[in-house]
Amino acid sequence: MRAKRPGYAVFAEKGIEWIIRLCGISAIIFVFGIFFFVFREGGPILWEKGTDFRLGDFFTSTDWYPTSMENKRYGILLLIIGTFTVTGLSILIAVPFAIGGAIFLSEFCTGKVKEWLKIIIELLAAIPSIVWGFIGITVINPLIQSWFDVPVGLNVLNASIILALMAMPIMVSIGEDALKAVPDNYREAAVALGATRWQMIFRVLLPAGKNGLLAAVLLGVGRAVGETMGVLMATGHSLNNPYVKLDGSFNPMWMFESCRTLTATIASELGETSVGSPHYRVLFLIGIVLLTITFIINLTADLVVKGIRKQK
Amino acid sequence: MVSKIQVQNLRTWYGEKQVHHGISFHVEPNEIFGIIGPAQSGKTTLLRAINRTFEFTAGTRQEGVISVDGEDVKRVRDVYELRRKIGMVAPLPVGLPLSIYDNVAFAPRSAGMRNKGELDELVERCLTQAALWDEVKDRLDSLGTKLSGGQQQRLTIARALSHQPEILCLDEFSIAIDPVTTMRIEDVLKVLKKDMTIILVTNLVQQARRLAARTMFLWNGEIIECDKTEVIFGGKPADKRTHDYVNGIFG
Ligand SMILES: Nc1ncnc2c1ncn2[C@@H]1O[C@H](COP(=O)(O)OP(=O)(O)OP(=O)(O)O)[C@@H](O)[C@H]1O
Ligand SMILES: [Mg+2]
Repeated sequence: MRAKRPGYAVFAEKGIEWIIRLCGISAIIFVFGIFFFVFREGGPILWEKGTDFRLGDFFTSTDWYPTSMENKRYGILLLIIGTFTVTGLSILIAVPFAIGGAIFLSEFCTGKVKEWLKIIIELLAAIPSIVWGFIGITVINPLIQSWFDVPVGLNVLNASIILALMAMPIMVSIGEDALKAVPDNYREAAVALGATRWQMIFRVLLPAGKNGLLAAVLLGVGRAVGETMGVLMATGHSLNNPYVKLDGSFNPMWMFESCRTLTATIASELGETSVGSPHYRVLFLIGIVLLTITFIINLTADLVVKGIRKQK
Repeated sequence: MVSKIQVQNLRTWYGEKQVHHGISFHVEPNEIFGIIGPAQSGKTTLLRAINRTFEFTAGTRQEGVISVDGEDVKRVRDVYELRRKIGMVAPLPVGLPLSIYDNVAFAPRSAGMRNKGELDELVERCLTQAALWDEVKDRLDSLGTKLSGGQQQRLTIARALSHQPEILCLDEFSIAIDPVTTMRIEDVLKVLKKDMTIILVTNLVQQARRLAARTMFLWNGEIIECDKTEVIFGGKPADKRTHDYVNGIFG
């Protein structure tokens, strides 16, 4: 007689399947829920009458005076400039180190050294951002002041360095995964053709792993864009366009200017607004802008990773 | 005449697992040397030990001496030079994730050849020798990994020839290639023999019979017999196991 599974086993399997399905669906529900609640708080400003909010000015105006008595202005252009500047510079700083670290981990490290390095990198990822903020103020700030001879060390450069340090761990570990996914056959084939280790790395490994590395970088960007506490403390948090001098000309020393980011603005101002006020709603609108930016970045990263899978 | 390759008492290990149990043999210049033997007998590992990609795998160990042109491969000054002296064709085709042209030009470029004209000429010659030129000459810029299995295999043969090796190691090159093309490549091998020494690892015993001057029968990391091909495939090789294997009576 053929073996037959008891009825409850079949049921249990169905049950487990449903629980797992629910877990999957709940993730979707959470994402939409977050969008919904943030929009519920911020959205009404778009159609409420009698406020000083102009959608046209929102993205294009540099005037951010949400608490002014008679002339409220809600232009977030400076904040967007601040966020993109700090993020961009931090990625420029982080990418070479991260890719170098990923190559070192996957190609040159074995056994104990590798294990320890990975643990340390994970530790780096676990440092709370407020601690990074302290480091920005107490360590990097005086260093920048003395090295570059500038009056304040809380500026774009300081925040970028901190962000780079924060974004690096995830970039290194995802990047290492990408390189590890390159089949050993490729390495051996290249080496058998007389390539040196470096020729193998630059001509075979990096081209073969480039999509994964790109995804790693994009995830790092996502991390950097959303970072709050560290940048709030390290940028100096003054409303300022780092690229423009007082007389309106281009400022080549923009790295040493203070600036303000989207995230830091929300964190520092939300506590002082009254629920439902225009200022309160505009801050939530900024939240939506941030969500959209990170959403686009993550989506790009996903598509890039999909590209990798297809190639194989 | 000095042997092209001399292997003395080679023992190899992957971690705890021993593959070769002290084998010794030599390969003459400009001969086709056949290696036959059942799966797991250590044929691929042997080739990897010769061009020193064996040590590339973590946890491997080897004893004994392998010398190429009388020089111990472990002591050569420039291991990249040694590897370029040896063309290696792996059993499963590994098209590097590069264009067809770049696959073939990889080794010469790594060695420092930059001249476009020279490279073009070399790429064409190698692809022709590997019986692939006509099929790909119009799409040299497309990815090597997009070729069919058999084409990729021939691409790896072209690649192995691209650094003008003195020794060509073919590890079951015809697994993915149809019989007609296989015959064409076999003919090319007979011509190439004038310029280089060829080691032919094959699961098709008849292929060894057709091409090899001498054939070695490897079994579980030991040499059962190594002799002229006529002897191995003749009615009475020295060892009964050889007779059984080449006649397909084994297991
Ligand atoms: N990378 C590796 N790590 C551990 N063991 C390995 C590795 N490669 C091969 N081996 C082992 O070494 C032994 C010899 O393998 P090898 O590939 O040399 O055999 P082969 O004669 O080429 O076989 P086949 O005809 O199947 O290609 C096998 O037992 C195999 O399991
Ligand atoms: Mg093999």
